[in-house]
Amino acid sequence: MKSIRFSRSPLLFDRLPLWRQRLVLGLLLCSFATLIGRALYLQGINNEFLGDKGRARFERVIDISATRGRITDRHNEVLAVSTPVRSIWAIPEDARLTPAQARDLAQLLDLDLRELNRKLASEQDFVYLKRQLPPELADRVTEMKLPGVHQKNEYRRYYPAGEVMAHMLGFTGVEDNGQEGIELAFNSQLSGKPGSRRVIKDRRGNVVEDVESVNPPQEGKDITLSLDSKVQYLAYSFLKQAIEENRAKAGGVVVLDARTGEILALANLPTYNPNNRTKLIGAQLRNRALTDTFEPGSTLKPFTAALALEKGKVRFNTPIQTAPGYMTIGSATISDAHPHGVLTVAQVIQKSSNVGAAKLALSMPAEEMWSMFDSIGFGTPLKLGFPGEAGGRLRPAKSWKPIEQATMSYGHGISVTLIQLARAYQAFARDGDLLSLQLLKSDGLPLNGKPVFAAQTAREVRIMLEMAVQPGGTAPKAQIPGYRVAGKTGTAHKLEGGAYANKYVSSFVGFAPVSDPRLIVAVMIDEPSAGKHYGGEVAAPVFAKVMGGSLRTLGVAPDAPLAPLPGEKNEPPVKEEM
Amino acid sequence: MMARINFILLLVVVACALSAIGANHRARKLFSELELEQKRMRALEVEWGQLQLEQSTWAAHVRVEKVAREKLGMLPPAPGQIVAVTMAREHEVKRP
Repeated sequence: MKSIRFSRSPLLFDRLPLWRQRLVLGLLLCSFATLIGRALYLQGINNEFLGDKGRARFERVIDISATRGRITDRHNEVLAVSTPVRSIWAIPEDARLTPAQARDLAQLLDLDLRELNRKLASEQDFVYLKRQLPPELADRVTEMKLPGVHQKNEYRRYYPAGEVMAHMLGFTGVEDNGQEGIELAFNSQLSGKPGSRRVIKDRRGNVVEDVESVNPPQEGKDITLSLDSKVQYLAYSFLKQAIEENRAKAGGVVVLDARTGEILALANLPTYNPNNRTKLIGAQLRNRALTDTFEPGSTLKPFTAALALEKGKVRFNTPIQTAPGYMTIGSATISDAHPHGVLTVAQVIQKSSNVGAAKLALSMPAEEMWSMFDSIGFGTPLKLGFPGEAGGRLRPAKSWKPIEQATMSYGHGISVTLIQLARAYQAFARDGDLLSLQLLKSDGLPLNGKPVFAAQTAREVRIMLEMAVQPGGTAPKAQIPGYRVAGKTGTAHKLEGGAYANKYVSSFVGFAPVSDPRLIVAVMIDEPSAGKHYGGEVAAPVFAKVMGGSLRTLGVAPDAPLAPLPGEKNEPPVKEEM
Repeated sequence: MMARINFILLLVVVACALSAIGANHRARKLFSELELEQKRMRALEVEWGQLQLEQSTWAAHVRVEKVAREKLGMLPPAPGQIVAVTMAREHEVKRP
């Protein structure tokens, strides 16, 4: 083919129509304008889209976890603390492990190999292989570099005191949320709020720059309880001992500071280990001192006597005829196990005479008794914030029959929780007023209580209660060498299906030292079945041990000579009435 | 004349640009150091929590009582063995 030089091409001499040239130029200009317009739009007017895309390449939002606050006792001893643990999870579809890898992993995680394989074969997108592993162990799993196996940081709560404090503290679930006790009651304060921040990361995943703190984390607040872990331990261990000795079904002890209303100890049995809750049953979980009501029996007699003194019906030494040891009201008869003859009001309390208490009660209108019981807090829950707090049963005075008023004077036909009973005794331990109970350590301010009885009445009842633990009273076993003690026993038949069964609840409530009451201890033993069931023999020794140990622990000065108790073993205690 | 000023200004601009780069680099280096220290702080906090836990476990009353009774053969004193002492108040001591 013959070549033609471009400049001589015959096509060049053919003049094309002008419109073709203009059309091409126009099209080129148009597309150029479109490009400029698009560029302007992307970079000037709507520049966020590309900006976001760019930032998405190097900016990351990191979650910052917040730890749950610690719980400490009043001396800052740690009772509950969260430490980080890791959970191993997997995407079953991605996790294709060789049999050797699976075997190693199962061994490391302490899992059954079949169990592991079953989990990895599941249809789900996400399975937990093992939750809450210690970080060191989790690091070894990381080193295995398994495909599709991931880790997640979590927190686990530990309770060094174990079962001793279990009911008070409660526990948290796997998601670190409170589920029982203090953990639940103060959950909003204890739990922190996780935050997040936006950072720039480099190729290797190192944080290079802080862009902004999107959401600063809020650490959970630490909580200082009013509990004294030493007193708590004493309460727990002596209660445990007594329950074993008496082969009882359950029991509880409450220790209150009479001057501030702080709860120093609260122990229940049966209990559980909050660090290992795999075999937990309902009976172990119940915080009996707060949630279970019982008929308190004779521990209510001092309130009847106090009301009678307060209303001027009787005085400390007014004689009351309790012979012949029984009394018929309507069709029912109430009786004393041992007829006593003429007793003074003080002796009615000391010897715990049912007839005497009933006579005192019947000298007063039902409304007055009801409002006294109401004012010492019976019938309404204490509202400490615990789940399932019970209020007990106190029926309105209008529906009381005379026989009910009589039995209520010695604690039947009315039910209370142990902590309500302990709190009500504040009225005698203090000069007639009641403080609200404190779960948290209070800063020692002098508190004004709600007056219930006159100071004079409280002092007189205090003397009666001291007589009850002395020889001739129902509970000489409640005495403590070195301290003057006052208190009252209670032994009540249990109600089962509307009738009184041959099962008992033994209780004792008291305070010491009498010269300046510092502590209130309430003890309740449910169904002692080793032969003894009187409050003076079952509950009073627990009271004496807990009270004695606590007073020494707190360094309370003795107000009685430090001599062995006289005649401790020789005199049989007076049997109280039921 | 004008050319010389322009040249000096150009040098100044280049110097400023270089120092800005340097400052940014230093800032990032310091930041990563800060990041490391904060990481260490969190790790130490975790360790502190674990040590507290360990201390509480060793000092648990159940264990202390067990050791005192079984290993050391200790007993609570009998009532007759206790002697109560009253501390003289401070102002009483100072009095001649």
